[in-house]
Amino acid sequence: MDTARKAEIFNEGRRQRRHLIDILQDIQSCEGYLSREAMQEVAAFLSLPPSAVWGVATFYNQFRFTPPGRNPVRVCMGTACHLAGGQLVLEAMARELKLEIGATSEDREFSLERVACIGCCALAPVVTIGESVYPKMTPPRVEEILVQMKPAEGRGKSGDGPT
Amino acid sequence: MTIEELFRQAKMNRDMLYEGRITHVLVGTATCGRAAGAMAVLEAFRRETAGSGIDVRVTEVGCMGLCSQEPLVIIIKPDNLTVCYHHVTPQIVHQLVEGYILGDDPCLDLALGTVSGGDGSPVIIPELESFERQQRLLLRNSGFNSPLEIDHYIACGGYAGLANALKSQTTQVIEEIERSGLRGRGGAGYPTGAKLRACSEAAGDSKYVICNADEGDPGAFMDRVLIESDPHALLEGMAIAGFAAGARQGYIYVREEYPLAIERLQRALAQAAEKGVLGSGILGSQFDFHIEIVKGAGAFVSGEETAMIAAIEGRRSWPDQRPPYPAQSGLWDKPTLVNNVKTLALLPQIIRNGGEWFAGMGTKQCSGTALFALAGKLVNTGLAEVPMGTTLRTLVYDIGGGIRNGRQFKGVQIGGPSGGCLPESLLDTPIDFESLKQAGAVMGSGGLIVMDEDNCMVDTARFFTDFSRRESCGKCTPCRIGTCQMLRMLEDFTRGQGTLQDLDTLQSIAEDIRATSLCGLGRMSPNPVLTTLRYYRAEYEAHILEKRCPARVCKDLTAYYILPEKCERGCDHCVLACPAEAIFSDGQGLKVVDQVKCTKCGSCEAVCPPEYNAVVRLSPVSLVPAGRRTRPETP
Ligand SMILES: Cc1cc2nc3c(=O)[nH]c(=O)nc-3n(C[C@H](O)[C@H](O)[C@H](O)COP(=O)(O)O)c2cc1C
Ligand code: FES
Repeated sequence: MDTARKAEIFNEGRRQRRHLIDILQDIQSCEGYLSREAMQEVAAFLSLPPSAVWGVATFYNQFRFTPPGRNPVRVCMGTACHLAGGQLVLEAMARELKLEIGATSEDREFSLERVACIGCCALAPVVTIGESVYPKMTPPRVEEILVQMKPAEGRGKSGDGPT
Repeated sequence: MTIEELFRQAKMNRDMLYEGRITHVLVGTATCGRAAGAMAVLEAFRRETAGSGIDVRVTEVGCMGLCSQEPLVIIIKPDNLTVCYHHVTPQIVHQLVEGYILGDDPCLDLALGTVSGGDGSPVIIPELESFERQQRLLLRNSGFNSPLEIDHYIACGGYAGLANALKSQTTQVIEEIERSGLRGRGGAGYPTGAKLRACSEAAGDSKYVICNADEGDPGAFMDRVLIESDPHALLEGMAIAGFAAGARQGYIYVREEYPLAIERLQRALAQAAEKGVLGSGILGSQFDFHIEIVKGAGAFVSGEETAMIAAIEGRRSWPDQRPPYPAQSGLWDKPTLVNNVKTLALLPQIIRNGGEWFAGMGTKQCSGTALFALAGKLVNTGLAEVPMGTTLRTLVYDIGGGIRNGRQFKGVQIGGPSGGCLPESLLDTPIDFESLKQAGAVMGSGGLIVMDEDNCMVDTARFFTDFSRRESCGKCTPCRIGTCQMLRMLEDFTRGQGTLQDLDTLQSIAEDIRATSLCGLGRMSPNPVLTTLRYYRAEYEAHILEKRCPARVCKDLTAYYILPEKCERGCDHCVLACPAEAIFSDGQGLKVVDQVKCTKCGSCEAVCPPEYNAVVRLSPVSLVPAGRRTRPETP
């Protein structure tokens, strides 16, 4: 985090408990996750015990405590996606990436998460990788997409790109 | 500036836009449109029209609610038809520019229909049957007016309701809202006028208005669409509520997962402040009202009003015992009005057109309209706004177009994880708070998901129970432990384990959770279980007694099988796709799934070419012929 952004996040006007979640969100959007050090800094800034910051951060689904991958894969497990076979897509992702749900690969290339409805139920089941949305997924499409993303190891299969 | 001046100015700006000699292209760029590729379409229009030499303006708009038709584009051409096109791609853009923008051919083969309305009256596509049964109040500007331009909103009568309110006494405003019969659209249907009155009469000079835009039901997206399409309706509604309640500060608690909604709200807030319809001394009156956005950090329970207050205060989102209700003691212990996005967004029209007008729509007990997000196995998914009292059948068949691919209807889940699943026999239930509750479902905030014969009801109950278990905040025991217990039993059933007696145990656990949980999350979490037990008991019994999943969804009870009479021998799609190397060829080249190795990932079924369609699922697994279960031992 550069110092200017840091000064913005820890500005005097926000030295109140009600800005705790706000501050944590800003830190996560800069650094991708909440490190122990960052949470301690927040605790000191707001004069709260570190346990209170940790307690709040771990309560909410948004916060993560390990760095995400460069390509964060999110599989929608909302109702429409579940009914359209989202579970099979999630399992295929986990298998192809060799990752457990919530984990990041060792080379930090990919991380895998399940999320609830991302609001494109008409296109279920949906996967997002970074900013790209992949609609109407199936297990074989999972493989195709990942092959495309790793052209060096590509096995020469073709498929549709993201929309 | 007075509202009249604002209106004149806005109208002039807008008329210059629409009544000039300019061709307009409106591209729906709400989240659903973007997912379907709207940004590439927008870009293509800008590129293709840039050097064309004629005056074309390309504008981003919200969502018309026709999500399965996205990306949608409307072309407004002077002295010509206004036409709406669906499933637009950059290639189609080229055709449209050549055909209609530069030429005279409206390309009706690519069109969904013509567009009428706008300028205050609801925008509709008269050719579509799905619009016939709708009554669009909340959606009236959606997908037509630009959510990025406050003048579009003002020119259609926006902020006139607030101006009316400011000229009246607060009690008159409250009376008007009471007269409308408006009930909260966040789920419980509490009369909005009564809540406002309680907050207004509560002692204290600092009061707050909170807009609940948490929309936690995983399958509901109405509030997001409204904010992305018509953000000013919400802001105006909040200011009216603030005036009536005696509050000067409002908060919009919106999910962090809705970045576009947040962006559009921020822009709308800045424009409203600039025009003087929000901020200090609104429209020249003594009334100050400021709005701040609070981003939710993702917890379903935060949608509960007391939990939301805790979240805004920077604490864990734990619900509190009520009473005291937030209207007496809410945010920082001050009187606080908490309302849903839709409830607040209806207020401007109620004040402008009068409570009587609103009360004349819908039913006696439930006036006005209901906004639903239709999803699941329907032909037309998207948003639908209908008068209260419309039947579920109308929503599913007349508006939703019935079930896709000619499959059989099985059930409709209303209200998400807190709601219930209703069968065919209850499709004539009218949509209102009481009728749905009686049937075992809830209105919820308006998510409506349709299931067909390929969906397993036991698995669906398991899915929702798993959601409630994950989202249980842990403060009270019945919800924290009860949801785990229910889940464990449901998981057993999906594996064909358990006994009929377990069904009764499940029922009694569910009833206890309902009776004893602290907040609505726990109290309503058994609804999916209770309704499926009530309406789909036979399906539970098939799992337990016959080890059979009628929908062939539950993995442990289902086998993938390749029909020898349909397998094309020469094609190796399934063999290549199988990650478990479970598919082999028998002596005649026919493919066989090794049931021991098969992990039931579904790949073979997905890749088998539709002209063969040889892969099927069988349940119970004993249906797989004995000779075709495993690879024979090689001698
Ligand atoms: C677990 C739970 C989740 C809720 N989620 C929402 C929600 O996402 N949106 C909403 O408006 N109300 C939600 N509510 C209802 C709110 O507590 C509250 O009743 C509502 O915001 C009041 O607004 P209304 O009077 O306009 O309906 C939820 C309630 C519970 C118990
Ligand atoms: S359920 Fe996946 S996008 Fe809505």
